[in-house]
Amino acid sequence: MTYLAITDLQKHYDSYHALRGINLSITEGEFVVFVGPSGCGKSTLLRTIAGLESSTGGSIELDGRDITEVASSKRDLAMVFQSYALYPHMTVADNLSFALRLAKVSDAEIKEKVRSVSASLQLDALLERKPKELSGGQRQRVAIGRAIVRQPKVFLFDEPLSNLDAALRVQMRLELARLHKKLGTTMIYVTHDQVEAMTLADRVVILNAGQIEQVGTPLELYRQPNSRFVAEFIGTPKMNLIAANKIIRQEETLAIELLGQQIHFPANRLKGPLPDSVVVGIRPEHMSLVESGGDLTGRIELVEHLGSEAYAHLQLSSDQTIIIKAPARTELKDGQEVSLKIDISEMILFNKNDRVISVIPEEV
Amino acid sequence: MKRSITRLLMAPSVIMLLVWMIIPLSMTIYFSTIRYNLLYPGQNNFVGLMNFEFFITDPGFIPAVSNTLILLLSVLIITVVLGVMLSALIDKPFFGQGIVRVLLISPFFIMPTVNALIWKNMMMNPVYGIFAWISESLGFEPIDWLSSYPLMSVIIMVSWQWLPFAILVFVTALQSQDTEQKEAAQMDGATGWHIFRYLTIPHLARPIAVVVMIETIFLLAVFAEIFVSTGGGPGYDSTNLAYLIYNQALLQYDVGVASAGGLFAVLLANIVAFFLIRAVGKNLTV
Ligand SMILES: Nc1ncnc2c1ncn2[C@@H]1O[C@H](COP(=O)(O)OP(=O)(O)OP(=O)(O)O)[C@@H](O)[C@H]1O
Ligand SMILES: [Mg+2]
Repeated sequence: MTYLAITDLQKHYDSYHALRGINLSITEGEFVVFVGPSGCGKSTLLRTIAGLESSTGGSIELDGRDITEVASSKRDLAMVFQSYALYPHMTVADNLSFALRLAKVSDAEIKEKVRSVSASLQLDALLERKPKELSGGQRQRVAIGRAIVRQPKVFLFDEPLSNLDAALRVQMRLELARLHKKLGTTMIYVTHDQVEAMTLADRVVILNAGQIEQVGTPLELYRQPNSRFVAEFIGTPKMNLIAANKIIRQEETLAIELLGQQIHFPANRLKGPLPDSVVVGIRPEHMSLVESGGDLTGRIELVEHLGSEAYAHLQLSSDQTIIIKAPARTELKDGQEVSLKIDISEMILFNKNDRVISVIPEEV
Repeated sequence: MKRSITRLLMAPSVIMLLVWMIIPLSMTIYFSTIRYNLLYPGQNNFVGLMNFEFFITDPGFIPAVSNTLILLLSVLIITVVLGVMLSALIDKPFFGQGIVRVLLISPFFIMPTVNALIWKNMMMNPVYGIFAWISESLGFEPIDWLSSYPLMSVIIMVSWQWLPFAILVFVTALQSQDTEQKEAAQMDGATGWHIFRYLTIPHLARPIAVVVMIETIFLLAVFAEIFVSTGGGPGYDSTNLAYLIYNQALLQYDVGVASAGGLFAVLLANIVAFFLIRAVGKNLTV
């Protein structure tokens, strides 16, 4: 059942078309993450849903009610801002209860709600402090608490963790995931950190230049990107892309010539007609080193040891380098010549418009 | 070693400032204790506190003190209240914002004397003033502001002069207000009034304190407006302390009593400052 429906949403700033027809439907209780490069319109989309920006076309419907023209205070949404936006002159308790006091909720009820929220976010000891007397993580929790006390229909988060240090970010990420499990409220979360996106989301929405590029579960986006943009955006290190200019159809297979060597791709996984040239995409973990007779050969430029694994940068030709994943204690040395085997079942093909033209087989 | 060098290097300016302050102050104290009337030169004998007695028992003294305080408080209230409201109004972008801002600020660049002349001759004059024209065209008797409501006239003039200062400070302060806080409040269900009341006013606390303190310094010594418009009259109705001192020194040629008055003004300024700063500090600071 659709809970929040966004239909053909448009946003024009004076001279800039920031949202170009967004269509999205979100079911109740879902955790949806918007990701995309800087300036793609994530914040604009979130703020338009919140009613802080007015849309210039399209509609937004929440729980069966059209809220496109409704004032943000009447939309029953709560937002957590990147800068936390706590009220600096109020204590933590007053920050938490501000919305309730405005709504003329009874004192006893306010007290009870503030108590239970502050207990669940470990803010009990801080209730009498002002925001400037709190650490970044504590401020973050107050901002989240302020959203929770109101029991809104949807939570909106705009890069809520980006001002925290790395360790705290991981911890808050877990707390958010736990919170979502506990409350079961619909959440929309904007980030440019794809680890956050992959770990928190039920569904990820990838935005590019004001349009939705692809919507799907984190794994779908990882394994079955619709376009080269998504393929490159998701995954660290990035997917390797190698251009192939010669393709020959041979009965059951396509013979693709990659840097002078032929690899064979099952023809039934091709959708649409056979193009003249393709770009082959293959993730670092889908290639393995072999003694000889691999699909590709190259020279190791650099090995990055990350402890649990290692990434080797390989020079395949004068203008083509790729990254492969290697075991943690690899013996690889800089300058060494190696041979690679590609896991064809995980390989994907893009046409010259950067759309995907191959189908990933169902996982066994 | 290092500290003595710093002190040595700072000494000239510190000494200069001290001298700058001490010499006039001690001369005033000295003059206030001697007989020093320009009409009777040479008779400068020590008179103790008699000059103070003369000043305090002067029939103009009580009105002058109360006028000074009324003027100060009224102008402070008018400029702060109107200043906050107007700056909140012109904070949102609208067509012609730049021009409106310049117009609102511009009275501050007009000399107090000119300000008083404009109000006296163009606005409040009972025959050809704009106020007279307005009441006449509405069928009322024109009011002779300067003689009927002398202190109020001065308050209007001085407020007009100082309102731009308040607006200037508040507009600048409003620009540093966090927009995300306002948006957060909006999402919490706050109306424009709630945001103004619970976010903007507390945000303006410090600027309000600054405006109150700076204006106090200048408003205790308002002189040109009174001199040019009402001349302190009728009677003592618009005489403040500064004008009373001028009256003693230059109209009655009594430098001794004027100096005593000056010292009293210093005292009053300190008392007012003490209470104002405490009140402002307690109620408004973050
Ligand atoms: N008030 C505005 N007036 C004009 N253009 C704007 C305005 N606000 C945003 N834009 C433009 O709209 C586009 C989308 O902005 P938005 O803030 O949504 O990006 P974002 O995806 O949140 O980026 P980031 O990851 O950097 O926060 C940008 O190109 C920006 O320049
Ligand atoms: Mg943003």
